[in-house]
Amino acid sequence: MLEAFLYFIQQILNGLTIGSTYALIAIGYTMVYGIIGMINFAHGEVYMIGTYVSFVVIAGLTMLGIEYVPIIILAALTIAIIVSSSFGWAIERTAYRPLRGANRLIPLISAIGMSIFLQNFVVNAQGARDVAIPPMISGGWTFGTENFQASLSYMQLIIFIATFICMSALTLFISKSRMGRACRAVAEDIKMANLLGINTNRVISATFVIGASLAAVAGLLLGLYYGVANPHIGFIAGLKAFTAAVLGGIGSIPGAMLGGIILGLTESLTAAYISSEWKDAVSFSLLVLILLFKPTGLLGKQEVEKV
Amino acid sequence: MKSNFSHAVFTAIITFIVSFPLLGLNLVTGGTSMSIEGAGPTTWMYIGAAVAIVFFFQLFRDQFTGLFRHIPKPSFNTGYQSLEPAKKAKVENWFTFAIILIALVWPFMVSRGSIDLATLVLIYVMLGLGLNIVVGLAGLLDLGYVAFYAVGAYSYALLSLYYDISFWLALPIAGIMAALFGFLLGFPVLRLRGDYLAIVTLGFGEIIRIFLLNATSLTGGPNGIGGIDKPTLFGMEFGRRVKEEGNTLFHEVMGISYDSTYKVIFLYLLALILVVITVFVIRRLVRMPVGRAWEALREDEIACRSLGMNRTVIKLSAFTIGAAFAGFAGCFFAARQGFISPESFTFIESAIILAIVVLGGMGSQMGVILAAIAMTVLPELAREFQEYRMLMFGLMMVLMMVWRPQGLLPSKRPHLELADDK
Repeated sequence: MLEAFLYFIQQILNGLTIGSTYALIAIGYTMVYGIIGMINFAHGEVYMIGTYVSFVVIAGLTMLGIEYVPIIILAALTIAIIVSSSFGWAIERTAYRPLRGANRLIPLISAIGMSIFLQNFVVNAQGARDVAIPPMISGGWTFGTENFQASLSYMQLIIFIATFICMSALTLFISKSRMGRACRAVAEDIKMANLLGINTNRVISATFVIGASLAAVAGLLLGLYYGVANPHIGFIAGLKAFTAAVLGGIGSIPGAMLGGIILGLTESLTAAYISSEWKDAVSFSLLVLILLFKPTGLLGKQEVEKV
Repeated sequence: MKSNFSHAVFTAIITFIVSFPLLGLNLVTGGTSMSIEGAGPTTWMYIGAAVAIVFFFQLFRDQFTGLFRHIPKPSFNTGYQSLEPAKKAKVENWFTFAIILIALVWPFMVSRGSIDLATLVLIYVMLGLGLNIVVGLAGLLDLGYVAFYAVGAYSYALLSLYYDISFWLALPIAGIMAALFGFLLGFPVLRLRGDYLAIVTLGFGEIIRIFLLNATSLTGGPNGIGGIDKPTLFGMEFGRRVKEEGNTLFHEVMGISYDSTYKVIFLYLLALILVVITVFVIRRLVRMPVGRAWEALREDEIACRSLGMNRTVIKLSAFTIGAAFAGFAGCFFAARQGFISPESFTFIESAIILAIVVLGGMGSQMGVILAAIAMTVLPELAREFQEYRMLMFGLMMVLMMVWRPQGLLPSKRPHLELADDK
């Protein structure tokens, strides 16, 4: 009985870990959708690039003989954020900005093209095979009986804390800062915001940069957690994060956080109690079901179709 | 000039940041540790060149745009557009007839490899035309089209494996099965808005693939299904020996010696017939009320609803008919390959079919056919660029959307527009 409970607790912890990284990626989808109403299909690739860049930095610093882990991780984090947000900015500038105001499907197709391009950019630059880094942060707490031990690794704890910090910082930024206020205004009504003297292009660029930075954080965290990466991880992670964003209500930032956590829990519980092979199918079915019964998501607003 | 300069510096820095860490530094996995090494001097040179180009382009942006304005946009006006409608139809008929004639004679003159490639092109033409109904005509972005292709292929494979059903009987069944799946999926999801629909269909495509991958006892999982029977012609087989009791051999009946090329030519002609039927059916459909309704719905959904059109029925018909063609294509694909596995039905396949539709010009049949030829033949010709194939492919999709979102050969029809629209 106790073992079953501990097993359950373990699944919850694992689910929360994955879920918080989904939430970080989902923010990028939800903010972009909230402001320009398009699905940034290439966002998953930005996350993948974040993982690759942090691996490059980690490997580079280890080669240089730096062994103090916090420094390595901080450096990897900083550089991954810089590179990923540059990608976010460049993607918006080249693939989406020229298409603003066109039919909804046109930017989406362009985004799919961008996603394929970025995936193969990394395949050509770094090879299609898995890259792996040795575990940087090991250990953790274990608790339980002799038969079964649940554990909370330090890595998981770091993921929780990092996610919490990012989310709090983002919430503060959106609610308090000048740019955050501009973001909300543009999300409300882009034309009106423009009339009132807000540089909407700059706000849109900022949205992409913020989304990409959070994806880079998720990239580093998941990279450290799993220890392996390949150029194709972005697609499925992006799809999952998009599911999370829709689940919580696309356009809503707290919704994305909630959606990420729910999706992570669903996945780890499916993997534990049903079968790990079906976990992707279950999360996509969840996406389909939500869109069918509550297209606005858990915390989303009803969107009125205007002529 | 000054603002241009700071912008140019900024974009040049961004270009460097974007290209350097991934292109310039390569991860090398050795044993337990991982290290990086710098890429060769050529790569560094490329990065430098890219940075310089972006810098100078942004610096002299105004001059460049002025320059580009003088270059006329490519137009495909060959005098054909200005013809009278009646004459146009005549020209079109002759043109179609000539193409079919050439396509019929062609396999007897070229090598076996080319016929094989041409058969592949025809499969993509069929898929492109099917998706064209959904995306091009009805304006519903379907990113999981490959699921219906898979349903068609697996329908034939499983029917042939478990019930020993022949290709000709399985062909309509595969189409009906795919249409049924299209109907079942379409029924609930079609009230979603465009981009949500895209993602749901993408999710559906993945679900089907995961199902095929994991239902090992039924579909063989990742190992796929092999040894699928090839189609026969009135009970004549194209192999060297009779596989199934009661069948005869093509070369024996015809009284000619055995040649494996006959089978390839037969498959090609079969695909050609399927494509011609597809083209014909869709051309008729577009001129029927339901086809008109598709296009009306694509142009303005709200107006359609105000005019009392039932959008669910219209969308559902587009979805179902589009899926049925994917089912036919899938059935033929399974018969041609003789082996299928979930590997053949990944998202990238959906993206390729979508790219064919987009490149050809949404809604235009001729465009889709040309694009299918281009998308299949060009990668074969550029074998040495194989590794850059998908890279170019993604880039092309983006550039196409930016430069010519209506495609290479957009379908044109007479229309009136309010002058003070803008």
